[in-house]
Amino acid sequence: MLFRLLSGDFPRSRALTVVLIAILAGLALAPFIFPGTRSLNVAAKVAVFVLLVASYDLLLGYTGIVSFAHTMFFGIGGYGVGIAMAKMGASWGALALGIFAALALSLAIALAIGLLSLRVRAIFFAMITLAVASFFQILASQMSPVTGGEDGLSFRLPELLRERLVAYYVVLGVALALFLALLRVVNSPFGRVLLAIRENEFRAEAIGYRLVNYRTVANCLAALGATVAGVLYAIWLRYTGPDTTLSFNIMIDILLMVVIGGMGTMYGAVLGATLFVVAQNYLQDLMKLASGSLEGLPLLPALLHPDRWLLWLGVLFILCVYYFPAGIVGRLRR
Amino acid sequence: MPEPMLAIAGVNTHIGQYHILQGVDFEVPRGGLTMLLGRNGAGKTTCLRTIMGLWRASAGSIRVDGHDITRAATPDVAQLGVAYVPENMGIFAGLTVEENLRLAARAGEPDASRLEWIWRLFPAMKTFWHGLAGNLSGGQKQMLAIARAIVEPRRLLLVDEPTKGLAPAIIANMVEAFRELKRTDTTMLVVEQNFHFARSLGDTVAVMDSGRIVHTGRMDALAADAALQTRLLGLSLDAHQ
Repeated sequence: MLFRLLSGDFPRSRALTVVLIAILAGLALAPFIFPGTRSLNVAAKVAVFVLLVASYDLLLGYTGIVSFAHTMFFGIGGYGVGIAMAKMGASWGALALGIFAALALSLAIALAIGLLSLRVRAIFFAMITLAVASFFQILASQMSPVTGGEDGLSFRLPELLRERLVAYYVVLGVALALFLALLRVVNSPFGRVLLAIRENEFRAEAIGYRLVNYRTVANCLAALGATVAGVLYAIWLRYTGPDTTLSFNIMIDILLMVVIGGMGTMYGAVLGATLFVVAQNYLQDLMKLASGSLEGLPLLPALLHPDRWLLWLGVLFILCVYYFPAGIVGRLRR
Repeated sequence: MPEPMLAIAGVNTHIGQYHILQGVDFEVPRGGLTMLLGRNGAGKTTCLRTIMGLWRASAGSIRVDGHDITRAATPDVAQLGVAYVPENMGIFAGLTVEENLRLAARAGEPDASRLEWIWRLFPAMKTFWHGLAGNLSGGQKQMLAIARAIVEPRRLLLVDEPTKGLAPAIIANMVEAFRELKRTDTTMLVVEQNFHFARSLGDTVAVMDSGRIVHTGRMDALAADAALQTRLLGLSLDAHQ
């Protein structure tokens, strides 16, 4: 049963297994063991970002494709739900239509980008995705009557989803199911071909695999994963806007999460996203505590002042990359 | 006279500003092993890569089993049943031996009896079946590269310098493997610098120099003619006895 669920891809490290079980238990029981809105927000964001980062790892870690359009697909998911709910009202039909339209649009764009630009060298593909993502970001901020512009869109959900506990478990359940589906994809014969393409594309071609087809399918799957993550995030926040989905800062965060967790390992997405989101939300609190306890000493309280949390976050990432070049999962599996 | 498995006529290949193949003409008879010999830089590897479609021929024609593949994309050439073992072996180091072989099986699952045959040819493949290909020794990587090419019956096998950098004991193992392959009537075109290896296996030979074929004929005839070897290759097989 567990073998089938994980597609035979076990963590292959006792420490990693313990950490993954702790994260899963923490997320599953978050509403009961971490009371309060803030902690539940963090738990939901972790669940959404695990899916978002895992879908990006399918591209970067498994296929060797660098794309800057992942937040665009994340945004399409968010705006799909946001626009449908804001314009059509809080009904299940509107929600379904928003999700379907977002998925269809993402699929069409990913297919077009893939077929038109995955034939060119990796650097050109990265530049094309950057251009398309920037275009969408501008479009979202300029088309204010539809998208709410810079303010974004706040909306109401169908009654059942207004219940926070229900919404949380919907977000967690869908994210977990799609994470397991991605695990299945990377452990399938298709996933093996993607790894072969990443390792030696000429060789893969000489065996008889059409690179552009496989890369395009990987691009589409990753885009659909990001779109669903966007849908879930919009459902959780009951809001969508440029800063929560389309921002280039989120793209950089995703890249960091993939690298920190470990490229080409789906479990790396779980660790990377959890560590990053928790650090983003609680590092300031930790520093406040540390700064307070060191009061009276020279320099240290100022250095650990909560306002300097970004500096320490940066230091943490540099240390992570320096000491775990293969990511945390790579290190734990060694 | 049966149609040759591979027929190359007037093939020219440019790589950037360099004109590498300058009107290559030769044929590979069906069911035999043809050695492609020549000095370093003669264009042998470019010739194999042009057949595979990895470099595009700027002129001439390439036919495999009657099919014109001059303009075919690499995956189409492979789908036609042409397998290529490059000089650097090109194994997927991050995948296991099993995964490397499964990738090459177009049906997705290698035939069990074929697999048994490969394991008999290269016992190391069975020993390290679940091991990472990147952890194999140089000789084992070469065996894996060849095993991957023959995991299914192929029309034509192109092998680039299979003995390069290998220890004599491994080369002897390779010779046995190629003899076994010859018994299956697989048509092979092998680029080789090791003349003893070439002489012991080749049925026919083509010699390249400066992007052209300068000699074609029986391997045993070339092996018996020291003067011809010296003229074509710059040294004689006898000098290396």
